[in-house]
Amino acid sequence: MARLLANTFDRSLARTLLWLVPLVVVLLLVPQVTDIYQTQLFTYGLVFAIAALGFNLLLGYTGLLSFGHSAYFGLGAYSAAFMVRYLGIGSMELYILGGLLITGAVSAIFGYICVRHTRIFFAILTLALSQVLWTLAYKFFWVTGGTDGIRVPFNQLTLVGGLFEFSARGAYASFMHAYYYYVLFLFLCSVVLMWVIVHSPFGKALQAIRDNETRAQFLGIRIIRYRWLAFLVSGCFTGLAGILWVPLNGLVTPDILYWPFSGEIVFMTLLGGFRNFTGPIVGAVVFNYLKTFAVASTAYWQFMLGFVLLVLVMALPIGLVGAASRLGAWVRVRWGGATSAAKYRERRGGEAT
Amino acid sequence: MSLLRTVKLRKHFGDTRAVDDVDFTVTEGEFLSLVGSNGAGKTTLVNLISAFLQPDGGQIFLYDQDITFASVYARMRAGIARSFQLVNLFDDMSAFDNVALAIFSRDGKTSKLMRLAERDAEVTEEAVDLLAQFGLEAKRDLPAGELAQGERKLLDVAVAYALRPKLLFLDEPTSGVSTRDKLQIMNTVSAVVRAGNVTAVIIEHDMDVVFRYSDRIVAMHEGRILADGTPDEIRRNEVVATTLLGAPVAS
Amino acid sequence: MDILVIQVLNSIFYASILFLIAAGLSLIFGVMQIVNLAHGSFYALGAYVTAWTIGAAAAAGAPVALLFLLLPAGAVVVAAVGALVEATILRPLYKRREEYQLLATFALLLILEDVMHFIFGGMPLTAGAVIDPLGSMSVMGLRYPVYNLVVIGIGVAAAVFLWAFIYRTKFGVMLRATSQDRRMAAALGLDVRRVYVQAFALGCFMAGLGGAIVVPSQAAVLGMGVESLVLAFVVVVIGGLGSLEGALIGALLVSFVRTAGIQFFPEVELAVLYLIAAAVLLIRPTGLFARTV
Repeated sequence: MARLLANTFDRSLARTLLWLVPLVVVLLLVPQVTDIYQTQLFTYGLVFAIAALGFNLLLGYTGLLSFGHSAYFGLGAYSAAFMVRYLGIGSMELYILGGLLITGAVSAIFGYICVRHTRIFFAILTLALSQVLWTLAYKFFWVTGGTDGIRVPFNQLTLVGGLFEFSARGAYASFMHAYYYYVLFLFLCSVVLMWVIVHSPFGKALQAIRDNETRAQFLGIRIIRYRWLAFLVSGCFTGLAGILWVPLNGLVTPDILYWPFSGEIVFMTLLGGFRNFTGPIVGAVVFNYLKTFAVASTAYWQFMLGFVLLVLVMALPIGLVGAASRLGAWVRVRWGGATSAAKYRERRGGEAT
Repeated sequence: MSLLRTVKLRKHFGDTRAVDDVDFTVTEGEFLSLVGSNGAGKTTLVNLISAFLQPDGGQIFLYDQDITFASVYARMRAGIARSFQLVNLFDDMSAFDNVALAIFSRDGKTSKLMRLAERDAEVTEEAVDLLAQFGLEAKRDLPAGELAQGERKLLDVAVAYALRPKLLFLDEPTSGVSTRDKLQIMNTVSAVVRAGNVTAVIIEHDMDVVFRYSDRIVAMHEGRILADGTPDEIRRNEVVATTLLGAPVAS
Repeated sequence: MDILVIQVLNSIFYASILFLIAAGLSLIFGVMQIVNLAHGSFYALGAYVTAWTIGAAAAAGAPVALLFLLLPAGAVVVAAVGALVEATILRPLYKRREEYQLLATFALLLILEDVMHFIFGGMPLTAGAVIDPLGSMSVMGLRYPVYNLVVIGIGVAAAVFLWAFIYRTKFGVMLRATSQDRRMAAALGLDVRRVYVQAFALGCFMAGLGGAIVVPSQAAVLGMGVESLVLAFVVVVIGGLGSLEGALIGALLVSFVRTAGIQFFPEVELAVLYLIAAAVLLIRPTGLFARTV
């Protein structure tokens, strides 16, 4: 029995490695084969992918739509910025540590308030709470720099405990180079971590809560508590993204806390598909290119994005990854021929009545 | 001591007395059927015992523990489990995952974030074993929503049973399935339940099923217990025959 | 003391606008179970259309009376747009999960914001031609614009009209029936599709009217929709989604806190509001007056 299990697991693992390894190799080569601008752009994509990954723990796996995730992204960003401005700290690791602590604390509090509520109220509450942070950032301009924001120049930054620093002149290229790998590393760690979480017993419990709250309760699962924990984890992932975003952007302003940015996070996730693990990742990267293209092409880029979102919602709700996997399954059944069809039927255990 | 005991349990919905001063007992190890026409109060009684509803009066005891106002969670931990009349599963998760989740929850493992569910060999083995007992091992990877109705009913029972409860309530486990499937389901359910030494209370309308499988029958009518006894006793009970079967028993 | 009266009047003025927006939002939610994220943008559209219309008419030399009649132009246009939107965008999504409907309204917000940008340009638009002729009157020794009192009057009239409409007319009955139980209403022969489009149009009309009557006093600017939406949410969170009285009380509460806030603690005035909303939700999760319309 256990051997059979190990075999199945290893087979699907082998299949996964087949595309995963080349992909990682490609990711490692990005700065070598493209220019600084493209590397920077792609790094933004990876950062947003971490944010969307965290967000989707709540939406795809727990069934809660948050319209306030800009709060955690912005908190992460501002934490790092404050550490630069008020504590003169340059260490990226300290930003991450401090930022995660702060984001964790706030998402614990916000989560406590929000998870008691049903879906629509949950969404509205998350929106309202993120706006609290926005108004604080906006109004307390002597602390937060107001609309001018706080600058986080890359040349005061150090990576890996001071191993890498960029104070030399013309160091932007080497900074971007190093920072890409730094973000890539953390991105891969986040993906692995999130993958383990959603495949853990806890992850299964969350999915149960999503599918059937009543039954989950009758299985002895404490709904509120688990939702809160998912909220906390989700907020921390998105907070990490915000921390990583700041050195890339060089500047943090209240815009990052404004609620339409939360809408963008939802958009990204939907674009990729929220029912798949890789959906948010693909969606975030694609959205990043989409928005960059839109902003560069027209002053009315909001219209463009809105239109895309509308088409998405109406025609492709399963998102890009969802559509791709369905296409893949269709292709497999069609081209696999008799053997594949037979295997398919066998897997479904004979005729279903 | 009885496993479960209610004392003068009451529930009103406006003017209607859904459960009217009911003293209901369940003895350990028995397979009990709760019968009665629609509106007799069977489901309400089960809902009160499983914390789906709060009583308006009276008490509920599990062994000697007063669980009258205990939460759903507390009652689950104390050993009460139930299935639902309208099949209530995690439709997007596989049959295997449905059962495995119940086991994880039972063993307190659902708070584990950092280990892979499928690596837990113990749970996996038990889940597969359980699915086999209920005849569902071939369908283990199918989403629960894609199973046939009879299979869904069985899975529903399997998930509740996986909690290894002391007391298992099954709300109309054979409703909505064909007659042939009904007996098949009940055969499986009663075999598994008895083998596992679990005390079961089933709500059932099909008197054929009831007489065939029960150790004891409790008949309710208009919120009160009408009769309580072995299948033979109930069969000979005239009052039951008239109210439930609609005709006087031929003497 | 006299400043206080002015502040109170300002609060009520602002509350009238907020009430219109929030009542529309609440109505749409109560009947259709949709949270319209584009609601603020409809408010902005109403402001822009009215400002443009009045501006054009005034430039053409129209008399003041006509300018007044043109005031609701924004609301009418917005209602028409709302009806169109409901029929084309929202209707196909009713069978789907509510998350999709929410996202569709968010997409609509993005689209509307840029449509307004495109049509009306980036500069603020005002309809001052309506305020000036009315002048100001003396309130406790201070001058106060008569127009603001007109707005308060309109707000009160709207509240009364809406209440009567929902609770005293046949359409109101249909509205309430549909919001209580859509399938049952359909089974009873109610044309649910018509009720939905009319409810949505009415909700948008309210938002558009809010924009229309505020614009003489406060210029129409880009981004006003996005900003106002959050406040509208706070109002319905406090008052209860789907409740008319809730929208009224909520609007008054929010408006008073806001005015007092701007006067006494301007930095945290908005934050206080959001925290009040959160507090209300903790105590009474569905809002103070929640129930379906």
